[in-house]
Amino acid sequence: MARSRPEPMQVVKHRRDAALRALVDGVPYIRFLNISFDRRGDELTGVLNFDEKLIGNPFLPALHGGVTAAFLEVTAVITLSWEHMFSDIESGEIDAEAIVTDESIRFPKTIDFTVDYLRSGLPRDAYARAFVNRAGRRYASVRVEAWQDNHAKLFAQATGHFLMPQQPRDKG
Amino acid sequence: MVDKAKLARQFIEAIPHARAMGLHLSQIGEGEAELTMPYNEDLIGDPRTGVIHGGAISTILDTCCGAAVMSHPSSPGGTATIDLRIDYMRAATPGQSITARANCYHITRNVAFVRATAMDDDLDLPVATATGSFTVDGK
Repeated sequence: MARSRPEPMQVVKHRRDAALRALVDGVPYIRFLNISFDRRGDELTGVLNFDEKLIGNPFLPALHGGVTAAFLEVTAVITLSWEHMFSDIESGEIDAEAIVTDESIRFPKTIDFTVDYLRSGLPRDAYARAFVNRAGRRYASVRVEAWQDNHAKLFAQATGHFLMPQQPRDKG
Repeated sequence: MVDKAKLARQFIEAIPHARAMGLHLSQIGEGEAELTMPYNEDLIGDPRTGVIHGGAISTILDTCCGAAVMSHPSSPGGTATIDLRIDYMRAATPGQSITARANCYHITRNVAFVRATAMDDDLDLPVATATGSFTVDGK
């Protein structure tokens, strides 16, 4: 049997970008820190766009440790949600535009998050990528790393555990 | 002798990100610190419920731990986070301010060990707890 013709590239890109935008832009705290995401296929890179208000030590100066932790956590949650929802977004089961308004779509909740500060964050843009170690039905483990000018020199890394959204039917 | 609490207060109040988040240092001294953060819609993590983002809780806990280290009688001055673990017990109640309390319970020449708790109006059940190790830096 002949396989179906692939969708036009623009259709695919539009759907994926709309879904990602809905996931990210609806969250006030992500806007407050001015974090954006680059997407290549299903791979995401978080970008922390530098601003003076992100400084934690004005004498060095260096990024605030809390900002670094928050940037890593945002990247972990968005990447985990994205990977969790990706197949449903692709199949059309989740409407990209409705991600933040649809009450039935739930997000993973952070259980714990451990940050390893490797060097001080410089006053410039930072990048982060998350790797889902395991996403089970109830729990997920995610590792995330952050760098600035040189990807080989991480300035922070973290591991977190997350409670996956439970489908209402699971509770019955 | 220099007043460590006063120096730590000046430092915390000069942090640009602490100001952006509206953090207020309510108590400091002898390796202990207390910070409050008023409810702010910019810090919401879930727009459907109005719950504050975990990252903002991490920031108040990290700042509070750093303040506790700087105020410790054996601390020569500055500090930086080496490692910080946060456990999130429950969502913070929307509309309520967050209070963080940190205690630097042990300090050596090079490392300070700190525990902290973040609470909203319900003081019986913390929103989150933190455990961290911090550097001990000279001036």
